[in-house]
Amino acid sequence: MSSETKQQTRPDMIACENVDKWFGDFQALKGVTATIAEQEVVVVLGPSGSGKSTWIRCINRLEAHQRGTIVVDGVELTNDVRNIEKIRSEVGMVFQQFNLFPHLTVLDNVTLAPKWVRKMPKADAEIKAKELLNMVGIPEQASKLPSQLSGGQQQRVAIARALAMEPKIMLFDEPTSALDPEMIKEVLDVMKDLALGGMTMMVVTHEMGFAREVADRIIFMESGEIVEVGTPEHFFTDPTEDRTKLFLSQIL
Amino acid sequence: MDNNKKKQQQEAPAELTSGLVAGAFVILFASILVSLLFGPVSIRPDRIFLEVLSRFPGISIDSGLSTIQEAIVWDVRLPRIVLGLIVGGLLAVAGASYQGVFRNPLADPYLLGVAAGAGLGATIAIVSGATNGEGIFDALPIAAFLGSAIAVAITLAVGGAVGRSTSTASLLLAGVAVASLFTAIQTYIQQRESATLRQVYSWILGRLSTSGWDEVIMILPYAAISLIVMFSMKGALDVLAVGEEEALSLGIRPRRVRWIVIGAASLAAASAVAVSGLIAFVGIIVPHAVRLVVGASNRLVVPLSFFIGASFLILTDLLARTLQSPAELPIGVVTAFFGAPFFLFVLRRRSDGII
Repeated sequence: MSSETKQQTRPDMIACENVDKWFGDFQALKGVTATIAEQEVVVVLGPSGSGKSTWIRCINRLEAHQRGTIVVDGVELTNDVRNIEKIRSEVGMVFQQFNLFPHLTVLDNVTLAPKWVRKMPKADAEIKAKELLNMVGIPEQASKLPSQLSGGQQQRVAIARALAMEPKIMLFDEPTSALDPEMIKEVLDVMKDLALGGMTMMVVTHEMGFAREVADRIIFMESGEIVEVGTPEHFFTDPTEDRTKLFLSQIL
Repeated sequence: MDNNKKKQQQEAPAELTSGLVAGAFVILFASILVSLLFGPVSIRPDRIFLEVLSRFPGISIDSGLSTIQEAIVWDVRLPRIVLGLIVGGLLAVAGASYQGVFRNPLADPYLLGVAAGAGLGATIAIVSGATNGEGIFDALPIAAFLGSAIAVAITLAVGGAVGRSTSTASLLLAGVAVASLFTAIQTYIQQRESATLRQVYSWILGRLSTSGWDEVIMILPYAAISLIVMFSMKGALDVLAVGEEEALSLGIRPRRVRWIVIGAASLAAASAVAVSGLIAFVGIIVPHAVRLVVGASNRLVVPLSFFIGASFLILTDLLARTLQSPAELPIGVVTAFFGAPFFLFVLRRRSDGII
């Protein structure tokens, strides 16, 4: 299925319109307008400081935008706390630093939020957690502590932890940047499976291989603006904008 | 493989096991029993034991104690033990909760101005002669409680307003500033009214002397409310420990959890201080001792701290009232005498990166 069809045939999960965001005098986002359709995988590329992370952090309100609208699954993000909670329970997020709870087992890390936030019975939460650990390929690590795991395994636990809340959208903020190169692939493979399973995903990354292979569309940002949007094929072989060409020449 | 698995689970027990709870109960029960058997007035322990047995329903034994001895056991020793249980438990759980909420191992229950506020309140009550040392309507515990409440309220109002963001540092700094201010005022009053110096001083060092069951009755409702809240939030503290943003992204509101826990822990500390003065170190060393044994999960540390804190204070009070009998050592001196070296030990282990 090509990206155009997904974008044309499926409803929007995320719709941003003219989003502006300042940190003091510094404008981090300048009129960002984009939509992401249900089951679509969008990779956001761009140099450091281009606003990629700020943008996806705005989507589950870890940062508040100041102008424009962000609508996630039909709910607009405003200061209304109820809306923010509803969105956060539907949007899973994986960070660069996976920050697992060091004193809880892998299984407890994954079941903690469902038990606490969703009031899920312990037995159900554990069945679900074991399924997820199976999915991310580390079922045998359930009773270990995070410190006994490699970085790649820890990040896969973090993905399972986010999935345990049954999100409709998954946001990834440079999920492999803190990893040893040897462990990047195992994390990207899990993300690829997730994409194939139909999860709506927005991924900030520097992994060009992943972008080329998995993304439905690529959004290229620079200096807080969206410079170019297109399919991986278009983006890597025939980019329109000079700034995109410059970025690719530096990175590839 | 199976063995291996078992071992790993033992390293990280996340839930209270019945073994742990049973162990904690045994320690507490033993502390109560020992404290009941020994005291400045020597009564034959075997008779006290029989006396205790005789109060269980369905058992009728004559313990052979005189009426006065019976009164010493039931109206002097027991209320004091129960007060020690409640105060020790409150201080330890409040300490564990503060440490969880601030993610700072050195946080203690007096952190946000509770001690300085109570000190000022108590000093004013003593200096003004409002205290008569008589039971439930005595002005001293009420003044101490109000002093703590006011100090914490100022800390929260100032520190909370500054720290609308996700940082707890401003709250801690506000606590330090408020404590300094209240201590300065307290010292000033104390210096001017030197006639009452001794009384103020003895209050500050902490004591568990009771007049029957009044103090226990007075503190019970606050103790119950704050303990229920802190126990119910222990899981949330674990989630908070994962990290602010991770908690947010999982749908938990860290700020709400933090305010609730801070409120409950401050209430616990203020009510403990109101009836017992400033008992040092229980709130710091007990949670750390528990952590050394069971690991750092708040779901274990918070409830177990209650039992260990209660046992610790009951036993230190036994020492306080018997070591120099018939004189009494201030219990704060005893807890600090044992607490400070232990605290240094914990600190040293920490700098080795073990905790």
